Amino acid sequence: MEFLSNLQEQLSTAYELLAAGWGVQLLWGIGWTLAVTTVSMAIGALLGSLVAAAKLSHHAGLRFLGESYTTVFRGEPELLVIYLFYYGGTQILTGVARSTGSIGSTDILNMPSFLGGVLAVGIISGAYQAEVFRGSFLAIHRGELEAARAYGMSAWLRFRLVIMPQVLRLAVPGLGNVWQLTIKDSALISVTGVAELMLTANKAARSTHHSLLFYTVAGILYLVMTSISTPIFDKAERYTSRSFLRPK
Amino acid sequence: MDYNFYLSTMWSVLKALPLTLEIWFFGIAFGLIIATGLTWLRASGYRLGEYVTRAYVFVFRGSPLLVQLYLIYFGLSQFDFVRHSPILWPILRDPMYCTIVAMALNTAAYESEIFRGALRAVPVGQIEAAKAFGMSAFTRFRLVTLPIALRLALPAYSTEIILMTKATALASVVTIMEMMGTAQKIQHDTFRPIEVLTCAGVIYLLLNLSIARLFAWVEYRLSPHLRPAPEQSQQIKPIPEVL
Repeated sequence: MEFLSNLQEQLSTAYELLAAGWGVQLLWGIGWTLAVTTVSMAIGALLGSLVAAAKLSHHAGLRFLGESYTTVFRGEPELLVIYLFYYGGTQILTGVARSTGSIGSTDILNMPSFLGGVLAVGIISGAYQAEVFRGSFLAIHRGELEAARAYGMSAWLRFRLVIMPQVLRLAVPGLGNVWQLTIKDSALISVTGVAELMLTANKAARSTHHSLLFYTVAGILYLVMTSISTPIFDKAERYTSRSFLRPK
Repeated sequence: MDYNFYLSTMWSVLKALPLTLEIWFFGIAFGLIIATGLTWLRASGYRLGEYVTRAYVFVFRGSPLLVQLYLIYFGLSQFDFVRHSPILWPILRDPMYCTIVAMALNTAAYESEIFRGALRAVPVGQIEAAKAFGMSAFTRFRLVTLPIALRLALPAYSTEIILMTKATALASVVTIMEMMGTAQKIQHDTFRPIEVLTCAGVIYLLLNLSIARLFAWVEYRLSPHLRPAPEQSQQIKPIPEVL
């Protein structure tokens, strides 16, 4: 019985804290996390497709560049890349601004934390997406490409009508994995001061001394985000491969 | 180019390599033990065991390692029984142990899935053949299932180990001065983040590349049966002149 009343007390404290404004803050945190993840995925998709093209290219130099990109950004700790873009960006911006005299010689021009974080996570995500795109391209039946060429399709037309629809279809499951990875990486950009879920939970935990409560809530919210995305990607997979399903 | 600065930074970061490797090693070792237990529980066929492992994998794969680390380091100390326990408190008080615990729990979730997949991928014919030979369940496991499954798990396991190397950098956010923490300190002291982080990045990359090499070598050594037979040398040996 004592345990139950204790639990009830705990729950009512949790409710009071969340209702006192932290709940809304955490919801905003989710919004920022989703924004960071979406923008990073978009940056990653752009970079990833370019890098995949480079890795599949006939030029040895381009292939080397693509290989180096994926090796470096999959081999470095995510935290290091984030620090590099945030503090490195600050270093560059400050240097440029000081030399043009737009700020004083002792002032510092900070990298916008959202931009720095999104670039870093996007570039990491791009390295993983490049591998996904490359794998899907290699899975396209060679004969289809040859047939398209035999029809006299230009390279652009081949890309638009034959390669892209199939790469997108085959890449959906892989992109789902990268999305989950990117949600989890987005927690790391709390170190640069973007008010996403992790940082909000951190602030709440520090100022109310209820770290257990707020980190548990944050953990649950991350679980909700990652588990909601699974059926969405399943649906996208069914949609993109609808012409390959057997009629019922 | 200020070579001295690069060299001294490299050296300072390298001096923290043993600490990084310590976190890495113990995280992986304890993770492997937990993962083995989870795989066994999952494969045992008990309904309850399956639910428990599924829930475990869902929780630890679905949330960021940073949340898990904070929960263990800052969160668990709120329980009175943790603070008064003579066993738990020395572990959960120390950021180093907390990082190792968080990494082990996290990697165990991924590894148990890898092992489960590998166990399922062992060809049925091999197991049936072992049964037909009259091998006991344990002998079958020791001589047939385990070696094949380990070989199949190796590529995914090496990826997981590399993810763990990257995860050791998170120890820096709970005040451990491993490579990332040291690099952070130098960067704050000198305000030259690009140079400092590049030095640390090179070391991390070399570390990861050598781990990948090592695993590729082990994989090569363990799969002689999958390699094409060495080509017979086409050259006809000259007949030795006897006389």
